[in-house]
Amino acid sequence: MIRGTGPDLGRNSVPHSIDAAFTALPLRALADAALARARALGAEHADFRLERIRSASWRLRDAKPSGGSDTTDLGYAVRVVHGGAWGFASGVDLTMDGAARVASQAVAMAKLSAQVIKAAGSDERVELAEEPVHADKTWISSYEVDPFSVPDAEKAALLADWSSRLLSADGVAHVDASLLAVHENKFYADTAGTVTTQQRVRVHPQLTAVAVDGQTGGFDSMRTIAPPVGRGWEYLTGTGWDWDAELERIPELLAEKMRAPSVEAGRYDLVVDPSNLWLTIHESIGHATELDRALGYEAAYAGTSFATFDQLGELRYGSSIMNVTGDRTAEHGLATIGYDDEGVEAQSWDLVREGTLVGYQLDRRIAKLTGLGRSNGCAFADSPGHVPVQRMANVSLQPDPGGLSTEDLIGGVERGIYVVGDRSWSIDMQRYNFQFTGQRFYRIENGRLAGQLRDVAYQATTTEFWGSMEKVGGPQTYVLGGAFNCGKAQPGQVASVSHGCPSALFRDVNILNTTQEAGR
Amino acid sequence: MTSNRTKPHEIVERALELSTADGCVVIADEESTANLRWAGNALTTNGVTRGRTLTVIATVDGREGTASGVVSRAAVTAGDLEPLVRAAEAAARDAGPAEDAQPLVTGTPASPDFTDAPAETSSSVFADFAPALGEAFARARAGGRELYGFANHELVSTYVGTSTGLRLRHDQPNGTLELNAKSPDRQRSAWAGRGTRDFKDVDPLALDAELAVRLGWAERRYDLPAGRYETLLPPTAVADLLIYQMWSAAARDAVEGRTVFSKPGGGTRLGERLSPLPLTLRSDPNAPGLESAPFVIAHSSGDDASVFDNGLPVPATDWIKDGELARLTTTRHTAALTDMPLSPGFGNLVLDGGGEKSLEEMVAGTRRGLLLTCLWYIREVDPATLLLTGLTRDGVYLVEDGEVVGEVNNFRFNESPVDLLSRASEAGRTEKTLPREWSDWFTRAAMPALRIPDFNMSSVSKGV
Repeated sequence: MIRGTGPDLGRNSVPHSIDAAFTALPLRALADAALARARALGAEHADFRLERIRSASWRLRDAKPSGGSDTTDLGYAVRVVHGGAWGFASGVDLTMDGAARVASQAVAMAKLSAQVIKAAGSDERVELAEEPVHADKTWISSYEVDPFSVPDAEKAALLADWSSRLLSADGVAHVDASLLAVHENKFYADTAGTVTTQQRVRVHPQLTAVAVDGQTGGFDSMRTIAPPVGRGWEYLTGTGWDWDAELERIPELLAEKMRAPSVEAGRYDLVVDPSNLWLTIHESIGHATELDRALGYEAAYAGTSFATFDQLGELRYGSSIMNVTGDRTAEHGLATIGYDDEGVEAQSWDLVREGTLVGYQLDRRIAKLTGLGRSNGCAFADSPGHVPVQRMANVSLQPDPGGLSTEDLIGGVERGIYVVGDRSWSIDMQRYNFQFTGQRFYRIENGRLAGQLRDVAYQATTTEFWGSMEKVGGPQTYVLGGAFNCGKAQPGQVASVSHGCPSALFRDVNILNTTQEAGR
Repeated sequence: MTSNRTKPHEIVERALELSTADGCVVIADEESTANLRWAGNALTTNGVTRGRTLTVIATVDGREGTASGVVSRAAVTAGDLEPLVRAAEAAARDAGPAEDAQPLVTGTPASPDFTDAPAETSSSVFADFAPALGEAFARARAGGRELYGFANHELVSTYVGTSTGLRLRHDQPNGTLELNAKSPDRQRSAWAGRGTRDFKDVDPLALDAELAVRLGWAERRYDLPAGRYETLLPPTAVADLLIYQMWSAAARDAVEGRTVFSKPGGGTRLGERLSPLPLTLRSDPNAPGLESAPFVIAHSSGDDASVFDNGLPVPATDWIKDGELARLTTTRHTAALTDMPLSPGFGNLVLDGGGEKSLEEMVAGTRRGLLLTCLWYIREVDPATLLLTGLTRDGVYLVEDGEVVGEVNNFRFNESPVDLLSRASEAGRTEKTLPREWSDWFTRAAMPALRIPDFNMSSVSKGV
């Protein structure tokens, strides 16, 4: 998507420019001061990153305002390689002296690191994979209307109207509504000469209807399945999602769920909708193919990976129809960028091809360390106060070009369950054992849906699950799902990421009854 | 330009002066952090940070009620102050009446250090720790162990000023140390964590020695199937489960019939016996070694917080008393709505059942059972029962006839903390612990180990 030095816009975008208030900041002067100090102190590499991130939330409870926030984070960071060791520091004092001081602090941290490395008797040195210099590049994500240009009153009114529609339906006792919006600006410069300025926008609207059975004390909920996206306000007004249609269906879906029978635990064939499958992809493929994890750098926190580096090109990840890509280029993707936080240009690549592990997600250090050549651009820091770490690209399961519709996939199942929407998720520290629930589960009998089921969770081991994938749907079933809240690293960082996938058919999957699991 | 050297209280006063709203709350957070991270006996990343965030909460009275607007900005300069205050006022006017509107708090005595400079941490907090860590790396390498982990220290000085005259300050130090030891083939793994206020009371060499013992236990391996096992939950695991339970303890949600604390047919389970053991779950801002803010600091409103309550004293509160559910969390708004006492949140959690046995003594009193190290990736499966799922991690040990005899595979569990309290047959001695799962958000806890006769290990996990 990157085309030359001008703003690079997606097909459906309207022209935007980088926010003038951001470019009015002394970006280059601060970078020059910091990088000059780092060079003078002997750094082998230094990079400077200044970010302004505006994040806001609007929340309603039963159609009334129940809270909100509007937070702008502004600051900068200097990262150095000095004496073969990393050093990182950040600050908020937007003066040349302040930037130089932060660079000095980063070098001091590198020296402290070097002492510890020496005390440990190690000779390991940080080296970075080569990357072409990208001088004076600008990149802007694909959106139409900046959500922050829309009056708050208009946002509150829309959320209140949506909430009221749900509340007016029979059986809906409560409605929670929220909208998250982010406008992110990054300026990056390094000692090699790369200078990039970027702007991204994303939104996540969400509504949950709650039903309560006053007699039994039972309750349940039904949430919208509209994914978060790299779009602007237009997403709430008809572009990219049909909100009216989804909101209209929720009360009847919730009522049916309240009446639904409890599932009989056992093994079933599953047809998994993209609104659920994206999260399974995220946990069992996205994180498992992060090479820093596979090498052990997250071992004490986020964990490692069963997909170890020695199995690259060998590991049977799933069935032969499984093709998974990583990319930082998909239009409206939440991990889509022009350049990463190490100055690497956005790319797309294969992670799993015909069921075999063929690639990983990389940053520059890991790429060099493992001899894999160029980084594929997965370094990301969620704020100016955090160091870039290897974070997830958009990791997506590719559809079968001539594949079936969701209805036809269901039609091929004699006894099974159709899973829609995500809800609960958990996976182990090596990404083997997972358990997921959903917003709604439908019994499949002889190729047809036969009403909802309750208390359903599916539990599996990653390679067995993907090995049981018999069919992937066609492009007509493909949806880009995702999340704002992927966590990793220490100090903890949060990243947004998208996962595209078609509907897919899995055979003989273990289904739990969650009420029985609770010992009831 | 307002540099970091400008005293925070002056910024608070200036913002209050600029306010033209009916009410105003200004919160200045001065944060500094220092951290070290390591993997495979070598440092990986590190950092020091310094930041300031100013939050302005404007309240605007109207015919239909009072509205609130909240705007926060980092790196605020003098030129930013007036636009920031006006933005908060505009947000209040746009928002419509706030459901949680209450008169701003008055009468909380001023903090004597309100005009003092903020507290600050730096890399010097690791002056003694870092060389000891390096020595631990060397010792681990010589002993055939790989060390992974993270040391983090942060200090946040929060200044709160209101148009009703409050001038409050709280300094919150927060330190965590996590050490994970693995065998070189990564088939054995052990973990230990500590909370600390200043890194003077943590010793990486001692922790490494503790983990070496556990890796030794793991040299003998037993494979056990899924099922229900007598299980000793260590304090860190108990903390992680009860923190989640407390996050699900909002009074309003319970009254509305949508939590585990709702009573079928209406009302709540307040007064109901949750445990046969005389367990008391308590929060106290003055708990020794676990000190937390003695007044409400709310940057935004939500289910269990209200910006209108900023500055309200936080009392010591028994959430569970002698095994009975005693309190649910309320703001002033939800307390009035639910006709319950005011119980504004928790900055620490202490569970005490009067037990005196250490975890080692509880192991000695076990005929056959599992000893866990900690829990991981805990997520809610069913809010009605508060059924949670997650994994055991970094060491499940088989205990036979009072001794650890080896390591068992990891499991996925499905359990509700509320049910676990009802089935716990023994509580050990309460001790400070680092909640591993939630330590990014909540670190101040003291818990006993709990003995559960029939913990539900739903399936086997091959993960290490």
